[in-house]
Amino acid sequence: MTDTPAILAEGLIKNYGKIRALNGLDLAVAPGTVYGLLGPNGAGKTTAVRVLATLLWPDGGHARVMGHDVVTQAAAARRVIGLTGQYAALDEYLTGRSNLLMIGQLSRLTTRAAARRADELLDRFGLTDAAGRAVKTYSGGMRRRLDLAASLIAHPSVLFLDEPTTGLDPSARALMWDIVRQLVADGTTLLLTTQYLDEADQLAGRIAVIDGGKVIAEGAPAELKASVGGQRVVLELADPEDALVAAKALAPFATTEISPPGAQGSLEVPVAAADGLATQVLRALDAVGVSVNDIAVRTASLDDVFLTLTGHKAEEAEEEAK
Amino acid sequence: MTAIAPPLAEGELVTGTRLGQLLSDVWVLTKRSLARIRREPETLSEVTIQPVMFVLMFAYVFGGAIGIGGKGNYHEYLIGGMIGMGLAQTAPGTAVAVVSDMSTGLIDRFRSLPMSRAAVLMARSLADMLTQIIGTSVTAAVGLAIGWRIHGTALQAIEALALALLFGYAFTWAGICLGMVLRSPEAAQQTGFVIFLPLTFISSAFVPTQSMPGWLQPIAEWNPLSSLAAACRGLFGNPNPAASVDAWPAQHAVAAVICWSVGLIVVFAPLAIHLYRSKNR
Ligand SMILES: Nc1ncnc2c1ncn2[C@@H]1O[C@H](COP(=O)(O)OP(=O)(O)OP(=O)(O)O)[C@@H](O)[C@H]1O
Ligand SMILES: [Mg+2]
Repeated sequence: MTDTPAILAEGLIKNYGKIRALNGLDLAVAPGTVYGLLGPNGAGKTTAVRVLATLLWPDGGHARVMGHDVVTQAAAARRVIGLTGQYAALDEYLTGRSNLLMIGQLSRLTTRAAARRADELLDRFGLTDAAGRAVKTYSGGMRRRLDLAASLIAHPSVLFLDEPTTGLDPSARALMWDIVRQLVADGTTLLLTTQYLDEADQLAGRIAVIDGGKVIAEGAPAELKASVGGQRVVLELADPEDALVAAKALAPFATTEISPPGAQGSLEVPVAAADGLATQVLRALDAVGVSVNDIAVRTASLDDVFLTLTGHKAEEAEEEAK
Repeated sequence: MTAIAPPLAEGELVTGTRLGQLLSDVWVLTKRSLARIRREPETLSEVTIQPVMFVLMFAYVFGGAIGIGGKGNYHEYLIGGMIGMGLAQTAPGTAVAVVSDMSTGLIDRFRSLPMSRAAVLMARSLADMLTQIIGTSVTAAVGLAIGWRIHGTALQAIEALALALLFGYAFTWAGICLGMVLRSPEAAQQTGFVIFLPLTFISSAFVPTQSMPGWLQPIAEWNPLSSLAAACRGLFGNPNPAASVDAWPAQHAVAAVICWSVGLIVVFAPLAIHLYRSKNR
């Protein structure tokens, strides 16, 4: 990266009492890109966003947004950021339009500019008809859109989106994705957290997988997928009872440990790409007398990355607990 | 497609002094609180229905049994105390509103904006002052209906009301602090009640301090609500048994109310704003 990062975090630490929510988190986000923060519940995604958005002071490390330190230069940082939190941040008793006007004015826009931009955003987000109604009467999807509009009213250079599509139906999610793409095309830098891997895959130029308050893998989606082994062979066994025999027979092909077979007799084997792979797999299974109904070879998905990096730990922890 | 959020043009940003910024933010946020009242007027019941109930109950249920030392009419005596009670009574509501506000994402949004740190709480105190003005007017109107009269000059009456509102405003800051410290609206409601009930009852709001046991009298005499009641009664020209009490706050009721009010503001306003800033921890 030749540009100075739009968002830079170095060694962030944040404790809540005895819980260490951030444990040395490092991030660098290039201007004008979408960066995805991916991680299981409790990984520290929201905490990271809150520190970067000047809402929380870190206990260790430091962070800058567009060059402004989020603790010592918080006022300057607040002029360039927009925040859409995990839960809608709106006044339930005000109308949609009044909410936007209020946020606009508090963002130092003139009354006139706030009104003009409020109307533009309402129109853009399909909320013009509901603009005069109290937010109390809005559906979840409408709230999300208004919430996003509110964080855009003062043209932030850096936008934080904490799980922007959680709880949205597919069409509302598609609309949100469009908006994100448009914002990046306009030059906004976005940091978004999500639990949906396809969302990160679709939107983010780079991704950090975080767990236990620190980054455990970082890179472009394609790099991350390549890092956990190129391909997956997915088998549908005729007899689910054969699963363990089959797993043993295929162990020489596997690049990492084979995860336990599914109940329906399906088996997934991480493998390295090779010519004639499917034939070899079938021969090996035939040799031990396992018959196969269906076989597919696919490239690794972000789900596989996620599982490989965070899932095994969770499974082991579960087994230990038993 | 044009940009969703095109860059701001020249002159679309306000460039004012810090004070100008604070005043503008406070105004925007006060309007927000008032809009809520417009939409849900029932939130005003605390300062509309309750004062009517309390005045009527004290006047007719207890009034016959409570003596004020032989001189004067109890209804005339009562209103000076009721005004203070009505004001103090809004504090638990303030605390509840602050706790509820602080637990919503909206406050996080405010804290991520380039706005004055003091504005949110100052706006709350101003919006509550408006509800207190309504409450005081209701109390006075019910008082007039049951035979309370102002015997002093108009200027004295205005002084009494101004004094009451000054104290009400100061007391609101205590309510705001309570709301900043507590974590749930229920806790705020209960704690507010536990503070508010003895505060109003161990005072000369409803009965003269002379009728209380000796050990309780100094506490009641130094209670700010006693001073406020005595100041109002004195200025309205109503029966004022405190005039014959030999204690500094009873003899200098107006000065005592001013001291209490300034003291409450000086302690609780900076503390509340400090607590708001420390939400970053
Ligand atoms: N206010 C708080 N007080 C105490 N602990 C907290 C607080 N906020 C978060 N935590 C803890 O810090 C850790 C990280 O939480 P955080 O909300 O950042 O996770 P997350 O990745 O956003 O999770 P989710 O996907 O569920 O939103 C968790 O263990 C959580 O329990
Ligand atoms: Mg979260």
